[in-house]
Amino acid sequence: MAELSDQLMAVTVLAYLAAMVCYAAEYAFGDRSHIGRAATRPVRQLVGAGVGGPVVKVPPAADVVTGGPADEVPPPDDAVEQPPRRDRGVLFGRIAVGLTWLSFALHLSTVVTRGLAAHRMPWGNMYEFILAVTLVGAAVWLGVLTRKPAVRHLGLFVALALVVLLGAAGLIAYTPVGPLVPALNSAWYIVHVSTIIVSSGIFLVGAVPAAMFLIRGGYDAGKRSFPYTLGARVPAATALERLTFRMHAFAFPLFTFGALIAGPLWAEASWGRYWGWDPKEVWAFISWVVYAAYLHARATPSVKRSTATWIALLGFATMLMNLFGVNLFFAGLHSYANAG
Amino acid sequence: MTAVEERPAPAAAPPPRRPHRVWALLRNSWRQLTSMRTALVLLFLLAVAAIPGSVLPQRALNAEKVVAYFREHPDLAPVLNRLGGFEVYASPWFAAIYLLLFTSLIGCVLPRLVDHFRALRTVPPDAPRRLERLPQFAAARARSASPADAAKAAAGALRKRRFRTVVREREDGTWTVSAEKGYLKETGNLLFHFALLAVLIGVGFGHWYGWHGNRLLVQGTDQGFCNSVTQYDESSLGPRLDAADLPFFCLRLTGFEAAFQPTGQPKTFEATVDVQEKQDGAWRPARFTVNDPLRLPHANVHLLGHGYAVALRYTDRYGDQQTKVVPFLPRDGMFTSEGVVQFPDVNIDPRTNKRDENLQVGFEGVYLPTVDPKGGPTSVFPAENDPVLFLTAYRGNLGVDAGLPGSVYALDRSQIVSGALKQVSGERPERLKPGASWKLDDGTRLEFLGTRPFATLSVRSDPTQPLVLGGAVLGLLGLMLSLAGHRRRLWFRISPGERSGSLVEAGGLPRTDYPGFDEEFGQVVGAARGSDEGTP
Ligand code: HEM
Repeated sequence: MAELSDQLMAVTVLAYLAAMVCYAAEYAFGDRSHIGRAATRPVRQLVGAGVGGPVVKVPPAADVVTGGPADEVPPPDDAVEQPPRRDRGVLFGRIAVGLTWLSFALHLSTVVTRGLAAHRMPWGNMYEFILAVTLVGAAVWLGVLTRKPAVRHLGLFVALALVVLLGAAGLIAYTPVGPLVPALNSAWYIVHVSTIIVSSGIFLVGAVPAAMFLIRGGYDAGKRSFPYTLGARVPAATALERLTFRMHAFAFPLFTFGALIAGPLWAEASWGRYWGWDPKEVWAFISWVVYAAYLHARATPSVKRSTATWIALLGFATMLMNLFGVNLFFAGLHSYANAG
Repeated sequence: MTAVEERPAPAAAPPPRRPHRVWALLRNSWRQLTSMRTALVLLFLLAVAAIPGSVLPQRALNAEKVVAYFREHPDLAPVLNRLGGFEVYASPWFAAIYLLLFTSLIGCVLPRLVDHFRALRTVPPDAPRRLERLPQFAAARARSASPADAAKAAAGALRKRRFRTVVREREDGTWTVSAEKGYLKETGNLLFHFALLAVLIGVGFGHWYGWHGNRLLVQGTDQGFCNSVTQYDESSLGPRLDAADLPFFCLRLTGFEAAFQPTGQPKTFEATVDVQEKQDGAWRPARFTVNDPLRLPHANVHLLGHGYAVALRYTDRYGDQQTKVVPFLPRDGMFTSEGVVQFPDVNIDPRTNKRDENLQVGFEGVYLPTVDPKGGPTSVFPAENDPVLFLTAYRGNLGVDAGLPGSVYALDRSQIVSGALKQVSGERPERLKPGASWKLDDGTRLEFLGTRPFATLSVRSDPTQPLVLGGAVLGLLGLMLSLAGHRRRLWFRISPGERSGSLVEAGGLPRTDYPGFDEEFGQVVGAARGSDEGTP
């Protein structure tokens, strides 16, 4: 079972890689794609309207506007003009989504077989932790994709993040299947670690629209050098920004519960103190404060949205620091800190 | 986007405050810009200031590592020490940041609390003159009901959706319905920030009135201890606490069980103890494990670790016997354990009753619970499958009378170097199985009686823990309310129809970023107007 899990892990990484290539192909060939167009054009018009003032006119014919701009139908003109190219992009996009589902299934089996092999929840060390966080990330991404197909172009970057993290898990943090040390043998182990895994997974996927919002913002401002060119085909800035916020607003309370309530409760039972400034605790605190700063910045009208979004990315950087930096460089009480 | 700019807490609505508008505006903008920005900056400072504590060793966490750091960086360490680098979370600059932050928080949240109370008691303002200017607008539709009835129907539909609703009749025969919902958002936000204050206060008082002590406890009724500062190997009391304030209880370890995986990884630990909670009271048995401490009325006893204590009996030149049970500290995961056993009060001539300082005896050694069959120097399994004790004997002056606090886990090296303490056993350490006895060069005898388990315990009391937990839970609740809630207003204007019936139009204003508002607006307006028969 343990061996099966390891093999599945390798296949999973390859599948994500394949999905990534297809997302990239859609990116390259699909500049006229239905999705890219629908996602970018009408929204810009809306933004234009918004800038003028608080007046948003609604045609009297429709009582109520429903649905986000992303759902809008493409203008008919180019639907006839270049069908072959458009189809190719869309085709690659569809394949990419299918591959993502496949990768997710493989990924899930990797985690499940790992748990079966170890006879416990599969998040007992750094390797398993990363595996679980990325699994949640993939699930969240598929969820977002199902509800808002228009954001499909972000898939390239989501897949990239997953491949990089999984690669790092396999190369740096690989640990053979083993039982838990007694300190981890607790109900809190399930509650504390699972909530942190889920919130980290959402923060992970939330960092993608955050980064793309900044790139898109630069693109919209006329920048055409490297990272900004990526902004050409992602959804409109406002949609990205809103997605970023919603993911962070969802993950933040979860993270608060996992890291700042369940964690201390467990630490009290296990180590006798609910908070001891162990390096892992320090960095969880830092991440929490930075994400709180993001929510503040976003709620402050005088702070630019791009500034707020930078703070969100900084928050994610501190999460990564906690995962890799603290595990690898600082010794602490957290037994996750034994990589490989 | 428009919704967000509309944020300022006081309504953009009629009831104007008495004081000068300019003053109100100034105060408002000060609150919006300065405070939130200050809070942002302070939050950042707090995050940055926390970093050094994870990079540098901290005294509160591991004092030995700080000592080691001083050894490795003799130039840098004293400077860092002066800056509080080894006590970051107790340093004045760290305190300055969070105290400023919380001052800012009070200054920010109190006025908002007042505003919110006011908002909770005021009714939603009347409809603005031009509903079509609002972010959400539904154009007039004809309805057959009279304006009064249509207004009543709309208000009913809104109340059913738990909007706070007011119906107003204008002199020109127009009716308006104003409704507002989502006060819980601000309530949650205030709850969250006040809960943060509660947590801070709880942490502070816990620091003042809490205490803890660490103790290594060997199994046996002869080895128990009672709760007092002198009985702990290491302890610390909060600044507002006196040694006499410690609650009474006594503990003795009656059993300790450890189970291991075949690989030697620990599986479970369990300690059984007898507890006495009142002076001269009865002893009652109790058990506790790693994640499940022993909870006494005013203290919790946590199991941190365990090991083996070695029992040795020494028979001296005059035939007197002494037994010592001494913990050997584990050096690795397989419990290769090291320690010393010192007999300073032996070889006392019964005729003179005088102690000869040069006839003191000490043993230094390694205990292997499972000896390596291949002859390696370390244990190969943590349980006692094939225990062996390796000892080296010393005779002479142990140096324990100098009045200096020596370690109980090592011999005084300087005594060996000066020649006052001499090795008297052979080149290689003596190998002893439990029950074995060893005859030393001077005819005295040492018996290895066996081992007893010991547990390392951490005894702690933090009286404000419930407050901190309560604050954290309330904070989370407030956070969720705040992040999930949406403050929004709806207005209906119902004017008399041209001949009969009425014309109903509606507008909506989300007061916070609320992507789903258009949907809700559509539903509410549909319900409030009713799928009416009225002809357009
Ligand atoms: C200990 C430091 C603080 C922390 C950890 C913190 C945390 C947070 C968090 C996580 C939020 C977003 C959730 C919510 O909307 O309720 C928030 C919102 C808010 N905070 Fe704080 N805060 C702190 C201090 C302050 C201070 C000093 C102020 C005043 C200047 C302040 C004013 C606000 C306001 C006005 C909001 C509402 C934003 C909105 O309308 O969405 N906070 N705070």
